[in-house]
Amino acid sequence: MSHTPLLSRRICRFHLAIGAATLRPRLRMAKKRFNALPGFGLTMGFTLFYLSAVVLIPFAGLVVRTLGLSWPEFWRLATTARALAAYRLTIDSSLVAALANALFGALLAWVLVRYEFPGRRIIDAMVDFPFALPTAVAGLTLANLFGPNGWLGRYLVPLGIHGAFSPLGIVLALTFVGLPFVVRTLQPVLQNLEREVEEAAATLGAGRLRTFVSVVAPSLFPAVLTGFALAFARAIGEYGSIVFISGNIPFKTEIAPQLIVMRLEEYDYTGAIALAVVLLVFSFLLLGVINVLEQWSNRFLH
Amino acid sequence: MSQTVLIRKRDLVRQSQRGTEESPVVKWTLITIALGFAFLFLLLPLLNVFAQALAKGWSYYRSALVEPDSWSAIRLTLLVAAISVPLNVVFGLAASWAIAKFEFRGKPLLITMIDLPFSVSPVVAGLMFVVLFGLQGYFGQWLGAHDIKIIFALPGIVLATVFVTFPFVARELIPVMQATGTEQEQAALTLGANGWQTFWHVTLPSVKWGLIYGVILCNARAMGEFGAVSVVSGHIAGKTDTMPLRVDKLYTEYNAPAAFAVASLLAMLALLTLAIRTILEWRQARRELIAGRVDS
Repeated sequence: MSHTPLLSRRICRFHLAIGAATLRPRLRMAKKRFNALPGFGLTMGFTLFYLSAVVLIPFAGLVVRTLGLSWPEFWRLATTARALAAYRLTIDSSLVAALANALFGALLAWVLVRYEFPGRRIIDAMVDFPFALPTAVAGLTLANLFGPNGWLGRYLVPLGIHGAFSPLGIVLALTFVGLPFVVRTLQPVLQNLEREVEEAAATLGAGRLRTFVSVVAPSLFPAVLTGFALAFARAIGEYGSIVFISGNIPFKTEIAPQLIVMRLEEYDYTGAIALAVVLLVFSFLLLGVINVLEQWSNRFLH
Repeated sequence: MSQTVLIRKRDLVRQSQRGTEESPVVKWTLITIALGFAFLFLLLPLLNVFAQALAKGWSYYRSALVEPDSWSAIRLTLLVAAISVPLNVVFGLAASWAIAKFEFRGKPLLITMIDLPFSVSPVVAGLMFVVLFGLQGYFGQWLGAHDIKIIFALPGIVLATVFVTFPFVARELIPVMQATGTEQEQAALTLGANGWQTFWHVTLPSVKWGLIYGVILCNARAMGEFGAVSVVSGHIAGKTDTMPLRVDKLYTEYNAPAAFAVASLLAMLALLTLAIRTILEWRQARRELIAGRVDS
């Protein structure tokens, strides 16, 4: 029992050493870089102008508008019973979807990297399909598939499994949308994993399961967690696919972005803004967590 | 000759992996579960789009696409992409030149800012423009007085699209430009080329594939964006409905076959995007393989 954790710790240190060795010359090069290239003023000027016009000014507009609200007013608008139900549903269904992706995505990444089977390259390319497919189309086809007359729904609905117009439908759509994240974060880590380590464990008498649990899994964990967080963050803001599949029933199948749109349709700008700020703050907190996680999992990549 | 060497190498690798492989039963169980998941979430939704689109036959499919409101949605989507993608390409080139070729303070902050739109929910992105230009927005009254329409019109749709697709080209280009360094450009300048010539003949060819990659991703998202555009469009049939919005409208009007017909075009766009992307990646992998062989 005692030698395996030590083994993996030593591998960690080995990876770190390699990381540092490759980083140092790169830093030196960057410092030495001498510059006579033209166009810095022009490109930087345009970059800042365009960034301000498209991103920063709209952003500032929202912030200033929010600051115009008094705190009690903001709190009242952001925490209505309907809003709380929407946050809860958004977070719960995003968590379940991200968990499903962590589990099946990790399995898919493993299978794609480790095994040869017919159609492997096609499946590998198809993993990015949810990135490329417009979310509206994803929502439309999933709602149809799981609806009472759909290819799957016609068998599932009689069994009481409602994959459309239900919280389960939301989870299905969010799983689809977040599918590439875990697979794509895990794949490079798996490819770079050294087989010698597993061989060493096998030589030392560990069975395959034991090798996996105490040697392979610990080095995959940070990447799976990063992929999980990315899928979760993507799911929190998702709107397009949910519109089609959720049924949009207040307190039951209404997610936070849908409630923002409802408020806007009622011309209740302040109500929409309060909800949007809550969603934004949550996304930024997640972004911070993801950055930390990425740094952590990059230690296993070199 | 090189073929036999490759095969022998593969055999060696295989032999060394014998102690570290799962039993065939475990292996094929894992493959089956993973493929089942991929089939359920990747293949089935895709097949369903085309099956439902053609459920009422070819002639219905054709007429659903050329029906005036759908046809105008297709044209609007192409127009919006034709405006917003080039804007983001120019920005991506400028930003990656400044970031990759020069050192300055606050560079990490600038990169974070460029990535910002990725972490904003599309609905919130749309809301930002409504807050600026909407009826109760900052410039709403002024715009109304001067009869300029931004929200519920083409400019608003373009702005929302530009916002959500903002980072795509820059993000692809920055690492590629950083990797190529500045030596080639310095050489060109020393040989008497001016800045534009250097950029056009030296920099652009070296980042060509990254640029194409960024453009197709940016375009796919621009044509497929729903949330942000939905908030600013106003959903005026025949005027401010893009293809994804048209899909939504047809669906809520209980016209599923027509909704799927329009959706099938977007699905084809997604497949085309994936195909180009995959070809580019395979090219890259092959080039690296060849480079590796030359090295060894």
